Amino acid sequence: MTIEQLDIRDHMAQFAPFDNLPDEWLDRLAAEVEIQYFPAGAQLLTLGNDITELFYVRSGAVEIKRRSGQLFDRLSEGAIFGYSDLLRHRPSRYQADALEDTLIYFLPAAIIEALNDDDEGFAEFLVSGGQRLKASAEHHSHESNMLTTRVRRLIVRRPLMVAQNTPLQRAAQLMREQSTSSLLVIESTEEVDATTFVGDDQHQWHLVGMLTDRDCCTRVVADGIDPQTPVSEVMSKNLVRIQADESVYEAMLTMLRNNIQHLPVLYRRRPMGVLQLSDIVRHETHSSLYLVSNIFHQTSVEGLGRLSAEVRKAFVRLVDDGANSGMIGRALATIGRSVIRRLLELAEESYGPPPVPYAFMVLGSMARDEPTITADQDHALVIDDAFVPEEHDVYFEKLAVFVREGMAACGYARCKGDIMASNSRWRQPFSVWREYFTSWIDEPSPERLLHSSIFFDLTCVFGEDRLVEPLQELIADLAPKRPLFLAAMARNALGRTPPLGFFRTFVVEKDGEHRNSINIKRRGTAPLADLIRVHALACGSKAQNSFLRLDDIANTTLLAEGVNDRLRYSFELLSMVRIRHQALDLQQEREPDNNVEPDSIPSRDRHHLKDAFEIISHAQKFMAFRYPMPSRSGKDNGSRRRS
Amino acid sequence: MRWSTWKSRKRPDWPEYMSERARRVKHPLLRDFFSAAPLDPETPVGEVPMVALDLETTGLDATRHDIVSIGLVPFRLERIPMRESRYWVVSPRRKLSNKSVTFHHITHSEVAQAPDLSDVLDDVMGMLKGRLVVVHYRHIERPFLDLALRERLGEGAVFPVIDTMGLEARLHRRRRWVWLRRMAGRPPASIRLFESRQRYNLPIYQGHHALGDALATAELLQAQVAFHHSPDTPIRRLWS
Repeated sequence: MTIEQLDIRDHMAQFAPFDNLPDEWLDRLAAEVEIQYFPAGAQLLTLGNDITELFYVRSGAVEIKRRSGQLFDRLSEGAIFGYSDLLRHRPSRYQADALEDTLIYFLPAAIIEALNDDDEGFAEFLVSGGQRLKASAEHHSHESNMLTTRVRRLIVRRPLMVAQNTPLQRAAQLMREQSTSSLLVIESTEEVDATTFVGDDQHQWHLVGMLTDRDCCTRVVADGIDPQTPVSEVMSKNLVRIQADESVYEAMLTMLRNNIQHLPVLYRRRPMGVLQLSDIVRHETHSSLYLVSNIFHQTSVEGLGRLSAEVRKAFVRLVDDGANSGMIGRALATIGRSVIRRLLELAEESYGPPPVPYAFMVLGSMARDEPTITADQDHALVIDDAFVPEEHDVYFEKLAVFVREGMAACGYARCKGDIMASNSRWRQPFSVWREYFTSWIDEPSPERLLHSSIFFDLTCVFGEDRLVEPLQELIADLAPKRPLFLAAMARNALGRTPPLGFFRTFVVEKDGEHRNSINIKRRGTAPLADLIRVHALACGSKAQNSFLRLDDIANTTLLAEGVNDRLRYSFELLSMVRIRHQALDLQQEREPDNNVEPDSIPSRDRHHLKDAFEIISHAQKFMAFRYPMPSRSGKDNGSRRRS
Repeated sequence: MRWSTWKSRKRPDWPEYMSERARRVKHPLLRDFFSAAPLDPETPVGEVPMVALDLETTGLDATRHDIVSIGLVPFRLERIPMRESRYWVVSPRRKLSNKSVTFHHITHSEVAQAPDLSDVLDDVMGMLKGRLVVVHYRHIERPFLDLALRERLGEGAVFPVIDTMGLEARLHRRRRWVWLRRMAGRPPASIRLFESRQRYNLPIYQGHHALGDALATAELLQAQVAFHHSPDTPIRRLWS
């Protein structure tokens, strides 16, 4: 039986959750597939019918409707459905119709159950599918790791293969045409043994060697060998190889152990690609860890600036590897804070040690561990109360300007609202900061509320933490006791609404450069972060990160049961849509922004997106009701002090 | 009655032919094959058990070339279960010329390891028995199998088939001269398996593998019936 030669298996291997399965399971699944063709308009699944199989969309498109007739999801190539009812042995709660001419692979319940018992990752994928939003958010959160990433994920092209009698010159030309640095040498063979395979052409082949561009240099040119010599004369023999479902880690060890740069990767006996050590290095060096250590090795602003391209690559890599928004946010925040730390070290080297102790704090998304690749600068200086402006401020101003310009050189735009330590208003001794924060909470005004929403996400990145921690404590202590402040913050947080129309359609920008797009930050992640901040202030949480704040909120009775989880999943989903949009911008060499065109989002995600916006909308309505204005006088009090 | 006489009729009376063969055939394997109850021409295609058959051969002429691989996919109109499919590489009696090696991508060594067709005939005929055979281009599969059986068992076997290419031709190539040209030489391109599948938005499979092509043929029939016929269409209107 040569099922593995069929396209069924190879197709399934590309899509989640099958992409993470070992080869043996893919073979078993492919051999159990049952196939059916549905012309556009045909019904695949009738409401209330028993489900005995998992549906896999091989080609075409399928629409899933709820009992109510409401659209539930649209599926395209590689999607699966029916698993939640299948695993619970209950009749279908959905109806499915072919939107286009569709070919379905059916996988019988028995094998899906066996696989579910055997493979943890597969089971998790199916179980999490019960809740749509959750499934979609978690789908993108599986860990990226050399130990679990399979070698086949790093293989992006099929190997170049030539017969052993091919002349060297022809081989070199082929390598040039296909711009590859290696080719595999194969031999048509009479004997069938453990190394023979049947090629695409049905020939029986035998992998006998490999030729790399380095071989061409060191063995051919250096020794003056005739270009018409067959490749078999100079190729490397006794090749070390690796199976496609081994881990990247194993591949790296194999290459290091054997001191080789190129490693043929086999599926069974058939070569499916050549892994280069540089592929692994690239896979690894884009990791944020490597970058952070590199930041601290830079000795100049120019050097730091050159790393910004690396930061963008690391960001795209994290997204590609399926990191969740928390991992990406932490990585980018760590990188940003490291840049600031290094800049301050460099500043102190040139301007000398500070005349009085200070703390450099970051605000906003960087403080929350939630920056994306488009984050700009938000920072401030808290100086020891021994600060004498006339004597010391010259130093701190130079310091602050150095950081501002250095960060700008590293790709962090200057804050448009001038919330930066270079602004003397935000370069103040500790006691002034205490007054600032106390008055903002006690006597809110529109400007002060705006400041609260930025400065109340704060964390110390360099210097004396003792100057920042008391400020965090002050906020956590004071805010819960000030209903007027909470009410004003709540009303302030309602200013930005999710882009949903009356008929649950997206409301997109109607004109300007970003026509037909949604600003996913302004209409999604920012209002949600604002909303979470208000609840966090109300419960006296000292956490800065939105997810950690939600943890603290969950310990209170502020929100109805289930709301906390829904906010969490919505935040994850919106953050990931934003992050993926920016990663795509970078991959397509556009300047990343927050303007997502709903049409460009896969239909499946689009429905999740609407769900998330609806959740924000409900949560905003609830918040207005939860933090009412305490009294008229309080309100007047607030507005009178506006100017 | 000889096959050639049957062939000359426009629409052979398949049940009559099959029952006559069942009475006269001598070889036990073929007697068993023909002893299956003949398919009623009025049976709706949606109810008949079918099997998609594809042969890879060393060439196009049954008298000069031979079979090298066989793919069989038993199915019903509604479903194609892959677990019942089978695939064999067999050793051709008419040896591969070097020319046919290059042309058909079949190596001497692969074939040298393979059994003779006679070793797998039991299995092959057992899977064809009682099922309506579906092929893409009947002028390859039917004569090649018939001749191979004659050489090995002394008696041949022909049987009704649904020819998915013939069904496409009915739709796309009705004119007589096109028909004649097709009979004379290689099948015209546009009703070949790959292009026919594209018309129904069926995915692209890697071609020229007997099992893959048999599966591709079975899927094509599902699509053709869905668009141009119905599960209630009697098989007499589809077979030839």
